[in-house]
Amino acid sequence: MAAPGKETLLEWYRTMVLIRRFEERCAELYQQGKIGGFLHLYIGQEATGVGIVSALRKNDHVITAYRDHGIALAVGMDPKHVMAEMLGKRTGTSGGKGGSMHLADRSRNFWGGYGIVGGHLPLAAGIALKARYLEQDEVVVCMMGDGATNIGYFHESLNLSAIWDLPVVWLVENNGYGMGTAVDRASGQPEIVKRAIGYGIKEGPRIDGMDTLAVHDAVSEAIAHASKHGPILMESLTYRFEGHSMGDPERYRTKDEVARYTEGDPIGRLRGYIIDQYKGAAKNLEAIEQEVVKTIAEAVEFAEDSPVPTYDDLVSHVYA
Amino acid sequence: MTEKSITIREALSSALREEMQRDERVFIMGEEVGVWGGTYAVTRGFLDEFGARRVRDTPISEMVIAGSAVGAAMAGLRPIAEIMTINFAFVAMDAIINHMAKVHYMFNGQFTCPVVIRTTTGGGKQLGATHSHAPEVIFAHFPGLYVAVPGTAYDAKGMLKAAIRDDNPVLFVEHSTMLQRRSAVPVDDADFVLPVGKSDIKRPGKDVTIVTYQKGLEWSGQAADLLAQEGIEAEIIDLRWLRPLDLEPVFESVRKTNRVVVVEESLPHFNVGAEVAAQVMDQAFDYLDAPVKRVSAMDVPLPYASNIEMMALPDAQKVVKAVKEVL
Ligand SMILES: Cc1ncc(C[n+]2csc(CCOP(=O)(O)OP(=O)(O)O)c2C)c(N)n1
Ligand SMILES: [Mg+2]
Repeated sequence: MAAPGKETLLEWYRTMVLIRRFEERCAELYQQGKIGGFLHLYIGQEATGVGIVSALRKNDHVITAYRDHGIALAVGMDPKHVMAEMLGKRTGTSGGKGGSMHLADRSRNFWGGYGIVGGHLPLAAGIALKARYLEQDEVVVCMMGDGATNIGYFHESLNLSAIWDLPVVWLVENNGYGMGTAVDRASGQPEIVKRAIGYGIKEGPRIDGMDTLAVHDAVSEAIAHASKHGPILMESLTYRFEGHSMGDPERYRTKDEVARYTEGDPIGRLRGYIIDQYKGAAKNLEAIEQEVVKTIAEAVEFAEDSPVPTYDDLVSHVYA
Repeated sequence: MTEKSITIREALSSALREEMQRDERVFIMGEEVGVWGGTYAVTRGFLDEFGARRVRDTPISEMVIAGSAVGAAMAGLRPIAEIMTINFAFVAMDAIINHMAKVHYMFNGQFTCPVVIRTTTGGGKQLGATHSHAPEVIFAHFPGLYVAVPGTAYDAKGMLKAAIRDDNPVLFVEHSTMLQRRSAVPVDDADFVLPVGKSDIKRPGKDVTIVTYQKGLEWSGQAADLLAQEGIEAEIIDLRWLRPLDLEPVFESVRKTNRVVVVEESLPHFNVGAEVAAQVMDQAFDYLDAPVKRVSAMDVPLPYASNIEMMALPDAQKVVKAVKEVL
């Protein structure tokens, strides 16, 4: 696969820093009570999201679970409107009705974040069915957590994708835990990709999910496979640096373990790679970092200044 | 008998602990019940105390949590299966409705199914449309299954112990925003067990009967305080169980107050109020001086934004308004 050029790498870097700063700000806003409900941070997993989205072809699709801010920003949703959604404002991407867990952008083929574990897997199958049905060359990348592979939805969706030959990349973001349950305590076969064999679909790779380039390459190949030959199951091995959601007491893992992983911060890794490859790129990176700070400040300001939803919003869109 | 003021969370923990100590066949399984200590910290410390044989973490697999509890119960164990929140019980609906509620009947009594499914209900926490349901009434539709909806620490303890000891399956619903509520509970009586299917008068009054449960107790209690300032005395009846449904005290109350308001967090369509209204008409029609009024959530999915979520939920003011409409 052709190595990405400098501009592409800088763009990936920009997106990853944007996600990181966005979520750090969200955590603060949560502490201040301005964001409510559940807030599941993607911090540590940015390479997976950015690697995936960068691999999508023009008409491909992506769908994910509730840990969805990274995907929303990576597909290019406006941070202002995403932040407004976080704050439950009328100008939010779901009009303030969805919140952190339910971001979506129809125009960008981002089919949303879903809060019921595994619930979106059959939706992915259905979106892929549309492509098959209409004989369109479109692939759906369906992201899910490791924990989601143990709910019945997983079994039924993968099997259906096999027998109907649906163009889906089933992509497990294996961050080691579903809430506090380690993968090997929840899965009889902790090497999740092996399950592909049982469904008669392609067993994809287990990639280093902290390496943006590796994710990009592997997902590009998986998309090519799905487009030609049907479903594939792959894993991105990653780690969430923060708790499952805000307020997680984190009794199930040690500080040492977390520290081991934060050393391999995907943003630091991409930064190091870019500086290695391109002399003088540090300047570009710093410019990006400053620009992101500004973007976030503007997003927060926009969100804070936006109006809250109204009674009419409450009762609208119950039916089409 | 010594009583102590404890929270609903403590009441639930102590009921579970006592019943596990009493009966070796009682065990707990569910998501995050062990290492995490329970999503709502109800089973905190249980893994250390009872070990991994009796405190079993499961994968995220609601179907098999509920379904295997049915099998284990048919075979003689007494599972307490935890479904993290009632929203996720929808995933397990078939096991609950088609098997948990029916194996006793379908095989003509050969099997009993002493399962307790513990779960949490309720909105108002900005969790959005899929995570904010209060759908316990749906489960009360089906014969063969009991539905417990305690609203105080006293009731939570006595009712959970009753549910565990009963030979029928019980969906035991706890309100996720009420776990810190306190009340006096007997603490030195390991056999403090309340009867299954008995409602309870939580506040006596003569002017209007408010029928409610769980979160509705709070809204109704606040409303009753406001009404009292105007000299209106509301009687509050806590259903405590949606099945068996005990409306005798309601009929009796209506004969005195001649007015009924039902307050609940469920959606309005086919809800508890609809059932209560129908039964009151059936049993006490001649005593009614006004149509039965219902206060419930609005007929919309609950949104994330706090201001409109609160608009959609009942509150004390809405209860006061409904009471004034029937007076
Ligand atoms: C059906 C269902 N059961 C339980 C939950 C509660 N829950 C939310 S996230 C989660 C853990 C999911 O873990 P994983 O799939 O690995 O995703 P991660 O959070 O690690 O991204 C659980 C149990 C839920 N949302 N839906
Ligand atoms: Mg996980």
